[in-house]
Amino acid sequence: MRSRNSTMVVIVAMIVSLVGAQAQSRYGIGRPATPDEISGWNIDIGRDGRGLPSGSGSVSHGREIFVQQCATCHGEKAEGAVGDRLAGGQGTLATAKPVRTVGSYWPYAPTLFDYIRRAMPQNAPQSLSNDDVYAVSAYILSLNGIVPADATLDAKSLAAIRMPNRDGFGGDPRPDVK
Amino acid sequence: MTRQNDSRDNARTTRRHLLRAGAAAGGTMIVAGLSGREAVAASEATDNLPPNVPEWMKTPGEPMGGQSYGTPSPFEKHVVKNISKNLPQYLSASGRTPLQDLDGIITPNGLFYERHHGGVPAIDPEQHRLMIHGLVERPLIFTVDDIRRFPSESRIHFLECSGNPTYKKPFGKTASDLVGLLSCAEWTGVSLKLVLQEAGLQPGAKWVVAEGADAAALTRSIPIEKCLDDALLVYSQNGERLRPQQGYPLRLLLPGFEGNMNVKWLRRLHVTSEPAYSREETSKYTDLMPDGVAREFTFYMEAKSIITRPSGGQRLTDRGFHEITGIAWSGRGKISKVEVSVDGGESWQDAKLQEPILTRALTRFRLPWQWNGQPTVIQSRAIDETGYVQPTLAELIAVRGDNSFYHNNAIWPWQIGAEGEVSNALA
Repeated sequence: MRSRNSTMVVIVAMIVSLVGAQAQSRYGIGRPATPDEISGWNIDIGRDGRGLPSGSGSVSHGREIFVQQCATCHGEKAEGAVGDRLAGGQGTLATAKPVRTVGSYWPYAPTLFDYIRRAMPQNAPQSLSNDDVYAVSAYILSLNGIVPADATLDAKSLAAIRMPNRDGFGGDPRPDVK
Repeated sequence: MTRQNDSRDNARTTRRHLLRAGAAAGGTMIVAGLSGREAVAASEATDNLPPNVPEWMKTPGEPMGGQSYGTPSPFEKHVVKNISKNLPQYLSASGRTPLQDLDGIITPNGLFYERHHGGVPAIDPEQHRLMIHGLVERPLIFTVDDIRRFPSESRIHFLECSGNPTYKKPFGKTASDLVGLLSCAEWTGVSLKLVLQEAGLQPGAKWVVAEGADAAALTRSIPIEKCLDDALLVYSQNGERLRPQQGYPLRLLLPGFEGNMNVKWLRRLHVTSEPAYSREETSKYTDLMPDGVAREFTFYMEAKSIITRPSGGQRLTDRGFHEITGIAWSGRGKISKVEVSVDGGESWQDAKLQEPILTRALTRFRLPWQWNGQPTVIQSRAIDETGYVQPTLAELIAVRGDNSFYHNNAIWPWQIGAEGEVSNALA
């Protein structure tokens, strides 16, 4: 009886210490992030298009915005200047002079929306409307022959695009020199 | 004896004039090869040299309070970041640490290398927040003060840009030109694991997408294993708060991982089941192989070393004793050995490693050397605790081809000329 009691004491002590340890595993620092706060900050677009907002934009509208906002750095036809070349180069990746562009190198079309929205134009990032970002994405894809010149893109159609270099990436085999 | 001293002083004076002329002519960085002390302290007069008493002993120095934040001696003015004057743009750009002018393993904060993709933001820490959301039990928001309430730790680690240097000519002249996108500091912050536990990871949490509060809103995806291992959320560097160029007020530190993943101005951690496949981890920071397939998610910076003295742009003034010294590092752990060759790679000898030898930190190595006045090639190679041996550039290119851009950890040889001039042997 006595030993049973002491066993109980040990078990209770263990439970108390476990609860204590659990409480200690959190510090109670920080405050909850509200859904509004999260949706205001979370601008990540998945490679499958997850997170793409509503709205749409046409190639022709994209051309107008591109000329106003992008051509100074990227060239009128996205041939590149201070900014990266964005068009052409398909079929060059395995040659001595690979040309890496959205059309030849980028594996996923939704990444284009993600990047333009978060970082472009360089002098005023996050200033374009979602419609304008769809439009500029459409224009760049059309310059690469990936969508037709009369295309209009939205969340569904952008996510459905299969980029030419989609399967052009592999993992890290290093150490590769021994 | 006096004559010898005089002629040496005259030589220094002449060199200083040359430096001035060089600076006036083109402002090139060749001057980095000569120490400022030598260049500036060689007064035209010898009034301050023995047997005379120097002028700075005959009058009191500057009183306390002249500088509320100390700066280096004006005689060290030339030791500055190595920033090219011909960059296509300066918003997405990098500036290099003058490795050949530094001793030890710690990079002074003002000389720490910089790489940013949309300029350096001016962030008010009172208005900065870190959000954790996605596959967590409790999405949370932290102030910078909140982060500082967590148990803290300090560790010394290097940071290196993945493109340091590229594989193609033209190669740089100096150690800084070649591998100056490398620095090392003592970092203080909180284990990322603790902060993630505060939010509680859900099953299926495999990646954490980190985002900076800069104009590039730069995003990189970090495998959860790294986040729960040695990753830190850092707010201080070498004892003081992070510099704006280093992510003030909060950055991610992923020891051994390529620089750009150590997201600066950290504002958001999105816990996910798969990588973001962001622009920076698909169209950039990937290495194109000869078959047209690119390597992605190449996180670790492999073992590497470089001799910083004597190195490109410097000159051996005399035959006889010279200490060869440099730095070695590996993203995969500790440096176990550095070998140095002073005969063009014919033979190698072990350099002495300076304690402490720390995981994923710079390690200083040294080798005493007698220069016989003949032209030769000197070089170092690092071996890390995994047994990996730093390769030559030719060995790297043989495997990776000509189109690879990042992760060049090649041995870099220096040519010593007949006049003692040191230059890049591969340039």
